[in-house]
Amino acid sequence: MMATISPIERAVSEPPRIRRLLIGLALVFLTLFLFLPLAAVFYEALRKGLGVYFAAIVDPDALAAIRLTLLCAVIAVPLNLVFGIAAAWAVAKFEFHSKSVLITLIDLPFAVSPVIAGLIYVLLFGAQGWLGPWLAAHDIKILFAVPGIVLATVFVTFPFIARELIPLMQEQGIQEEEAALVLGASGWQTFWRITLPNIKWGLLYGVVLCTARAMGEFGAVSVVSGHIRGATNTLPLQVEILYNEYQFAAAFAVASLLTVLALVMLAVKSLIEWQARQTRRAALAMKGEF
Amino acid sequence: MQFRLKQRSVLPGFNLALGYTLLYMGLIVLIPLSAAFIKTTDLSWTEFWTIVTTPRVLASYQLTFGASFIAAMINTSAGLIIAWVLVRYSFPGKRLVDAMVDLPFALPTAVAGIALTALYAGNGWIGGVLALIGIKIAFTPLGVIVALVFISMPFVIRTVQPVLEDLEAEVEEAAACLGATRWQTFRWIIFPALRPALLTGFTLAFARCIGEYGSVIFIAGNLPMVSEITPLLIVTKLEQYDYRGATAIAVVMLVISFMLLLLINLLQWWSRRRHAA
Repeated sequence: MMATISPIERAVSEPPRIRRLLIGLALVFLTLFLFLPLAAVFYEALRKGLGVYFAAIVDPDALAAIRLTLLCAVIAVPLNLVFGIAAAWAVAKFEFHSKSVLITLIDLPFAVSPVIAGLIYVLLFGAQGWLGPWLAAHDIKILFAVPGIVLATVFVTFPFIARELIPLMQEQGIQEEEAALVLGASGWQTFWRITLPNIKWGLLYGVVLCTARAMGEFGAVSVVSGHIRGATNTLPLQVEILYNEYQFAAAFAVASLLTVLALVMLAVKSLIEWQARQTRRAALAMKGEF
Repeated sequence: MQFRLKQRSVLPGFNLALGYTLLYMGLIVLIPLSAAFIKTTDLSWTEFWTIVTTPRVLASYQLTFGASFIAAMINTSAGLIIAWVLVRYSFPGKRLVDAMVDLPFALPTAVAGIALTALYAGNGWIGGVLALIGIKIAFTPLGVIVALVFISMPFVIRTVQPVLEDLEAEVEEAAACLGATRWQTFRWIIFPALRPALLTGFTLAFARCIGEYGSVIFIAGNLPMVSEITPLLIVTKLEQYDYRGATAIAVVMLVISFMLLLLINLLQWWSRRRHAA
């Protein structure tokens, strides 16, 4: 074994002893803080048997929570998708003044605590808020109702798709679009035929991230939801309610649904990265042939 | 502030794209955020200052910032080792580990909170072992640190990994040829190249930690003055319909978060410049 390592390799790498130690340290840390918590979700969910597990999931309140969570994602993701593409088009394809200010502003929701994201909507739409009296007069309910939950979700997931697309489109430059336009394509044709195919993997990844966060948001949604069972409870809030009522197995059963969702997201992400690598490799091979 | 084009472009859609971006951002982010700042103008300076410096609030800052700092430090050290191992070595299951590192970003914080509580409570798998040597984690400030370590784990790993991948092997070979030991090469060649990424990752993790709510409230025990984080205090005040109090504390947090965001941007600019040089 030792004989296969050349002197230069030994000089620019660590002795096997150190390698094993570092790999061991990394794995112990990840086990304590990542893998065991993951295992604990499924262990606790199934501890009382499959009967309790499925009963918790087909409970009417849980089903209502699933529907509301899906609704939030179905509204928030397309809204932020259109915004992400528009913002990335402006930032990546043009040079304009105050561009760095715009990029910083897009990041703002990342810097804001989810609790504060909920609070600002309470200040806007609450009974004592700016729009509260007007909304009450017109019998429109936003706070402690579905629109408030959707708005809070949109706020929290606002930067995800734009953040994925901006660096990607900046790297790709504008030559291909310029060529298409010079050859007579219209603006929309250029976008659909040139830009969109180029950014599809990054776009898909942004959508995946945005969906995961939209379905899993807890802090912001908890502030604006009012916790009305069967009406304004999303899945994460349902987990909290069951947990606080000491229905641990049921809480972990609902939590396991969200965990499976998270694992699917990670699998999709790995797949997308693998795809992107394949495309890059194919492009490099093409270049090599010519 | 003016968003004017610096040079003409043949590409269409600048006005439409930028206009829509600004309109949507204004409606969703800027107007609602300004509501918090405008709400605090209901208060005089002294009232504001009294609210944000009561002993209970000060204790919550201490816990929030202290625990966030410790968690970000832990993740910076562990993140460097994990990124190093993932880039430089091969071991069975490496691809799986690499994919799983992002789990804290994908897993809802409430789920993380109850899972960590089950694990680190006195009757849990890890908490049970630690209880034998007299260490309590769940329902103490240590629990807050554990939750924050979990939710901010990927930041340092994901900022250091690409930099480590791009490091040129020639530099290390040159150092070795000139007689440097492996440790000297790491200390004087590799580590300085990683420093901007480590700092960025640390700041990102720290910024994420101070705002965290969902995972912490399950494991912390939430005792006022002992294990109550600032975001929880905001929620408590909201539930008591003390909107002014909640908003005053929120504004303090917002100002600190914005300063961190600026710092992150500066750090990234710095590391890009180093990268280009």
